[in-house]
Amino acid sequence: MEDFLIKLPLLLDSMIRLSVPLLFAALAGLFSERSGIFDISLEGKMLGAAFAAAAAAAVMDSALAGLLAGILVSVALALVHGFASITQRGNQIVSGVAINFVALGLTVLLGQAWFSQGGRTPQLSPDGRFGELTLPFADQLADVPFLGPLYEGIISGHNILVYAAFLMVPLSWWVLFRTRFGLRLRAVGENPAAVDTAGVSVIWLRYRAVIVCGLLCGFAGAYLSIAQASGFTKDMTAGRGFIALAALIFAKWKPVPVMMACLLFGLLQAIPIQYPQISLPGIGIVPGQVMQALPYVLTVVLLAGFIGKAIPPKAGGVPYVKER
Amino acid sequence: MKLKLFAAVAAAAMMATSAFAADFKPALIFDMGGKFDKSFNESAYNGAEKFKADTGIEYAEFEVTNASQREQAIRNFARRGHSPIIVMGFQNAEPLGTVAPQFPETEFAIIDMVVDLPNVRSVVFNEHEGSYLVGLLAGMKSETGTVGFVGGMDVPLIRKFACGYVQGVKAADAEAKVIQNMTGETPAAWNDPVKGGEITKAQIDGGADVVYAAAGGTGVGVLQKAADEGKFSIGVDSNQNYLHPGSVLTSMVKRVDVAVYNAFLDAKEGKFETGFNALGLEADGVGWALDDNNADLVSDEMKAAVEKAKAEIIAGDIAVHDYMSSDSCPVM
Repeated sequence: MEDFLIKLPLLLDSMIRLSVPLLFAALAGLFSERSGIFDISLEGKMLGAAFAAAAAAAVMDSALAGLLAGILVSVALALVHGFASITQRGNQIVSGVAINFVALGLTVLLGQAWFSQGGRTPQLSPDGRFGELTLPFADQLADVPFLGPLYEGIISGHNILVYAAFLMVPLSWWVLFRTRFGLRLRAVGENPAAVDTAGVSVIWLRYRAVIVCGLLCGFAGAYLSIAQASGFTKDMTAGRGFIALAALIFAKWKPVPVMMACLLFGLLQAIPIQYPQISLPGIGIVPGQVMQALPYVLTVVLLAGFIGKAIPPKAGGVPYVKER
Repeated sequence: MKLKLFAAVAAAAMMATSAFAADFKPALIFDMGGKFDKSFNESAYNGAEKFKADTGIEYAEFEVTNASQREQAIRNFARRGHSPIIVMGFQNAEPLGTVAPQFPETEFAIIDMVVDLPNVRSVVFNEHEGSYLVGLLAGMKSETGTVGFVGGMDVPLIRKFACGYVQGVKAADAEAKVIQNMTGETPAAWNDPVKGGEITKAQIDGGADVVYAAAGGTGVGVLQKAADEGKFSIGVDSNQNYLHPGSVLTSMVKRVDVAVYNAFLDAKEGKFETGFNALGLEADGVGWALDDNNADLVSDEMKAAVEKAKAEIIAGDIAVHDYMSSDSCPVM
């Protein structure tokens, strides 16, 4: 128990770092899905962005250039998804799967062609990465009981993308629920015909939504390759896009619950790292797989209707056909 | 006319290569983690490349990217007449056990696992001995009295590394604490540098100042994080000292390259012996790496201690427990 208390701040610190890519990706999915475009290509977009960010950061030796390249590639992939599912009215799931596969193969192929390191990108110099920031007064406050460790140990000392991720939550809420764009975006996901009748272009609205989705996925990918790690490695997203999707569903497509779900799933990833051997009375040692599977299990339980009800946007997955 | 001539030349050239290839067609199958994992597979690649440079003989290769490809890849190479076929990694043991009896004329070799068949050479390494040595170095280098171990996938082979390491650490400092983590329970654990870095951070926060990575591609993240935090790390399989000079204390090298090179060469010279082959400290199958990149990190006292331990292990005065012999570790 004593051990548990000592490690608690470390656990929360770890949770924050691990939940950031999930948070960016889940918010990305939020915009896309709220507009009626299902997006299972979060994973592929993140991977593409991670590769582009690491490649650009390595070549130009600048983290900012890396971030921009990551966003660019992710938005390009998002537009492909948009073109297939909005303009061509294709199946959104098929298009998403295709993007995931393209990203998985192309990143390794291009990486090998450009850098000849087996699909890796070269290791980045400190300039090519987002370093850790120490927030003002963190050192002075460190000795204050309770608040000190909370501020110095958990809140301070992350890279700038971590703070950006958590700022995106209120921003997303404000955009979706307090602006005209957000109102229309939500409406187009529920009843596109009504939006069309009001004289607003359904196509353009949905395109804007997928662009925002691409933008946020770009942050998620860049965070993985040039903030948390130092370079791209094959398939480095390792299923985080799907966990983000699970978080989005778990949070019933709402921004603040999305943050909570991502923190919860981040915590589930952090627990086996900080406490490799958890033993529960009567069960014995809990294997790490249990924690890894929990996000999916929780989501399935939710979908089965045991904890509330997850109702997706009504027009989700349905291409809009303007009647003539 | 010109075209005809070209076609004839091309046909002749093709026949020549295929006739040549029919004589001796070695093949190498990499395990997950990939050819350039800077570790286990890359070491095999280096051995094969050396063979190619020395003899001018091309070899076929395949990188396994998911479990279902294993058996297929081995079978395809065997069917096309490749021999010897070297497969990397313990996870290929089962598919090899299925395929090898069906091609009794083909010579196979497996690295890191034993497959007891008449046409298979099994090469294993005494990783516990090499890990003992780097554990000794870690124990002597540590100022906090706490060191870390990051494994890849949680399998007996990696526990063998861990067990040898812990024994080495305790030999240097009986009171030392070793924080151990495995990256995961699936093959993805060999290639997740982000999680590797996160685990390393957790261990460093827990007081570790030397972290040993036995985790394939995941280790890249471990070494990076240790360098970021200004702590020491220990690489594995290949010599990884160059990755972060001044931070990588040493590497537990496993001469996979020599094993691959020798298997190819023996087969070429017609003296491919099958059976069980354990390479330890004595045969220089495992060891610790010292070069310009880490010369400043290893003191003369540490050097003397580790060389002494090496001699004692070879002589049999120190018995390093092998996890895989009993599926348990006495020091954990």
